[in-house]
Amino acid sequence: MERPFVEITGVAMRYGGVEGTLALQGTTMDVRKGEFIAVVGPSGCGKSTLMRLVTGLWPATAGNVVVAGQEVTGPLSIAGMAFQNPTLLPWRNILDNVMLPLEVVEPHRRRLRAERATYEARARDLLALVGLGGFEQKFPWQLSGGMQQRASLCRALIHEPALLMLDEPFAALDIFTREDLWAVLQDVWMARRPTVILVTHDLREAAYLADRVLVMSSRPGRIIAERIVDFPRPRTLETTYKPEFVSLVHDLREYISAARKGEEVVNA
Amino acid sequence: MPDDMTARQATLPADNGMSPEALRRLESMAAAARRRRRLQAALPWMVIVGMFVVWEIAVRAFDVPQFVLPAPSDIAASMVKWWVPLLDNSWQTLMTTLIGFGFAIVFGLLLGVAIGSSTLLYHGLYPLLIGFNSIPKVAVVPILVIWFGIGTVPAVITAFLISFFPIMVNVATGIATVEPELRDVLRALGARHSDIIRKVGLPRAMPYFFASLKISITVAFVGSIIAETVAANKGIGHLMILASSRFDVPLVFAGLMMTAIMGVAMYVAAVAIENRTTGWAMRGQNDQQQVKFGGA
Repeated sequence: MERPFVEITGVAMRYGGVEGTLALQGTTMDVRKGEFIAVVGPSGCGKSTLMRLVTGLWPATAGNVVVAGQEVTGPLSIAGMAFQNPTLLPWRNILDNVMLPLEVVEPHRRRLRAERATYEARARDLLALVGLGGFEQKFPWQLSGGMQQRASLCRALIHEPALLMLDEPFAALDIFTREDLWAVLQDVWMARRPTVILVTHDLREAAYLADRVLVMSSRPGRIIAERIVDFPRPRTLETTYKPEFVSLVHDLREYISAARKGEEVVNA
Repeated sequence: MPDDMTARQATLPADNGMSPEALRRLESMAAAARRRRRLQAALPWMVIVGMFVVWEIAVRAFDVPQFVLPAPSDIAASMVKWWVPLLDNSWQTLMTTLIGFGFAIVFGLLLGVAIGSSTLLYHGLYPLLIGFNSIPKVAVVPILVIWFGIGTVPAVITAFLISFFPIMVNVATGIATVEPELRDVLRALGARHSDIIRKVGLPRAMPYFFASLKISITVAFVGSIIAETVAANKGIGHLMILASSRFDVPLVFAGLMMTAIMGVAMYVAAVAIENRTTGWAMRGQNDQQQVKFGGA
């Protein structure tokens, strides 16, 4: 079997020195290349910390993180990230916002000036894919929250990252917009197959999108359960009403309840 | 909500099938908005003129002696009589202020970027800068006179010292308050610290910078006039000191008027530059309206 794309082994993370808060302890997980992973867990269980460790933004206090066969010691420089807050730059229009990573990441950075037209076409295609065609020249504050989040997804994807980290990207959106964006994200993933780690509170979202759902315990966070999700793709809203889906979400909910009480869960 | 629907349809361009009722209502709403805008534009002038009128009447009614408070008409007469030295000295003060202000912009920007982008520099330099800023600038002028003699240089330096601090603090704030998530997005792409400052920090700091220019340019006038009243042989501050030593109070007030006019003119210029360059930071009512109707 080929080596996993992301290997996290016995990772611990403590904030603020020896006496600080222990956010993660003994976290171990693997992610295969091109896999879509969702990490769910009770509030404050260190899910976002996990993301920052994987991308190398923060160093782990113990254990190690290996991405693409390389131990992570500093920022990865290949990861696309999107957060709950779209964090678009208000002085740039949507097209320029989406193209921001190209001005930073090598080798695009060097080529951008010469091949601007090619890159611009790429950005336009991506925007069209998420349903933002025709909004390239608008500024972020002229768009609704859902549209801003779509643009933020495009920004995370424009440099075709091998690893896409999504930290509750749809948490601030209403349920209808959120469901739309699940479908959009699934389309993008099926078209390009990046490795995705999605951190979320929304169990339906996890079940809808992921190949595998990992459940974390409350702080200090640890993986306490794992569920393979093998519903055929593309999944639709119809899928979410099927009994298997409902029972999966129900199971996940049970794990979370147990995790919040601090009980051990047997791997299913 | 039928009312809301009518208003929305009426606002859409070239939408036919509007009822006469809707047209009439829209017309009256637009007229009310126009009246309001005209009033808003005229109001500052009305207030200024009103103030002078009240002033004039009060001085005449209570028979206030001219050397205590001259009437606006006396001040105007004095301005006409002394227009050559007034203009000459105003020009001197304006140049002094602008040179000091120019240095303040350069150093304020540089230091602001430096302490805004480095926590170490921030903690190292900030206490010292606070200390410098809390020294009253009048107290510095005699020292400047010892170093540079009486003349333009102390005034330029005072204008610089007094106006540099707000610029620096604002630029530093703008750069230091980049959203941590945005920083993470860029760092995860392999962005260097300088990339983040250039792509995000600096543009983000621009509204803060231009807001500080409005404060700085007005206090720069304070600085140069303070220095001119203490040690100069030219400038509007010097002129006012001379006039007051001769008990020519109308001329002192004429000098004040010139200062106020220059201050307001510079302020207006700063606002105009601000609106042109960082309009994105001030989304007006119109844009929001546009989002409501044009957005998804």
